[in-house]
Amino acid sequence: MIDLNVAATSARKPETVAKAVYDAILHMGNAGRGHDATSLDTTRMIYQTRKKLTTLFDVESPENVVFTANATQGLNIAICGLLQTDDHVITTCMEHNSVLRPLYQKEKDGVEISFVGCDAKGVLQYEQFSLRLQKNTKMVVCTHASNVTGNLNDIAKIGAFCKQNGLLFVVDASQTAGVFPISMQKMQIDVLCFTGHKCLMGPQGTGGLCVAKAVEIPSFYTGGTGVQSFSKTQPETYPEHLEAGTLNGHGIAGLSAALDFIEKTGLDTIQQQEHARMMQFYNGIKDIPQIEMYGDLEAKQRAAMITCNIKGVSSDKFCDILAQEYNIAVRGGVHCAPLLHQALGTAKQGAVRFSFGYFVTEAEVEMAIVAVKQIVEALT
Amino acid sequence: MREKSDCLVITFQTTTAALHWEDTAKEKGISGRLIPIPQEITAGCGLAWKMPVSEKETVQPLLQALTYDMLHEMWL
Repeated sequence: MIDLNVAATSARKPETVAKAVYDAILHMGNAGRGHDATSLDTTRMIYQTRKKLTTLFDVESPENVVFTANATQGLNIAICGLLQTDDHVITTCMEHNSVLRPLYQKEKDGVEISFVGCDAKGVLQYEQFSLRLQKNTKMVVCTHASNVTGNLNDIAKIGAFCKQNGLLFVVDASQTAGVFPISMQKMQIDVLCFTGHKCLMGPQGTGGLCVAKAVEIPSFYTGGTGVQSFSKTQPETYPEHLEAGTLNGHGIAGLSAALDFIEKTGLDTIQQQEHARMMQFYNGIKDIPQIEMYGDLEAKQRAAMITCNIKGVSSDKFCDILAQEYNIAVRGGVHCAPLLHQALGTAKQGAVRFSFGYFVTEAEVEMAIVAVKQIVEALT
Repeated sequence: MREKSDCLVITFQTTTAALHWEDTAKEKGISGRLIPIPQEITAGCGLAWKMPVSEKETVQPLLQALTYDMLHEMWL
């Protein structure tokens, strides 16, 4: 299979990730629930993974890295925990349902939502942030890159706006963590939510949120932590404050190995290679008159994806032919991002997203270009 | 069985803080190891750091930068 669907998950991982999970399945103890060698080694491995993420995202301290099952869970914890009745929140039309649905849930409790829009290329209209500001605005929640177009948002600029106006800043880094540099401290991010299984190349079921020390998020759920067992409430200190029950140690072992791979390879190398594959594909199909592409394709930096349609052909049909006749994995439909597809005028047709991970080869991209040309010829 | 001796026991608010300390101790060449929290300190569960009491003055400045809970001198 040719995997051009890394924006959904990295189907190909470094072999060290698979080995780490395999070894963990056979030997791992429960972190914080024992003092024998295997339990302590697991506790140490999880701590070392927090340290690696602290370095990658410039978090204040490893204690402020909280593990969850995915980015969605982290976003729910941050959004639902920090917003109260009568608060106002600013978000964007680029968001995934992992941001939108928790917001809509809070809207029922009396939280007011304003949206910053995009232009025809799906580029965020930054000047709208100040226009949306209200006396009761508490938070901005925003994706780092669109999972539909790949357009990158200027997180440092939005972070500065939040700081100037005393707002909390929550960032969804699902499409960027592991490829683009992220500094929580320099970009003035209060909560950074990430998933482990996309660009970070770790196992599914891993992810988390990094929380600035000054930000207090209420416990989302409660339970065992391995400490303060006679307390009737969850410990007040991070990470245990937001972590109850046994962590996904097997998955975190894989994530740890993935972080080593990324550190060794370098973000620049990963970004440049993915960008080169994306541009190879773009250049291969851009002159096909029946192809419509979405997003700011002239931007110097963007998440490595090309989203397009064949004029008059439904995205599901295009996807199905790629899968069935060419064994190419892509993602069609509306990518859980309804507002952006409405803005781009593709709510009904959807669009086909080709996304390029680190392990995609030039030959595979060439095969995808040939496939697109043949499908266009057959259908139009 | 190990013989009892005068020990310094450091307790922490979180498991992560205990592991942070273990890292620091290894880096600075400080002796000791992680143990279950002794019942003389608190009933419950969690990790503590046990080390010779003679090194108390060496570790105190290092602990200031960390989120430890308390220092205890005990016969363990």
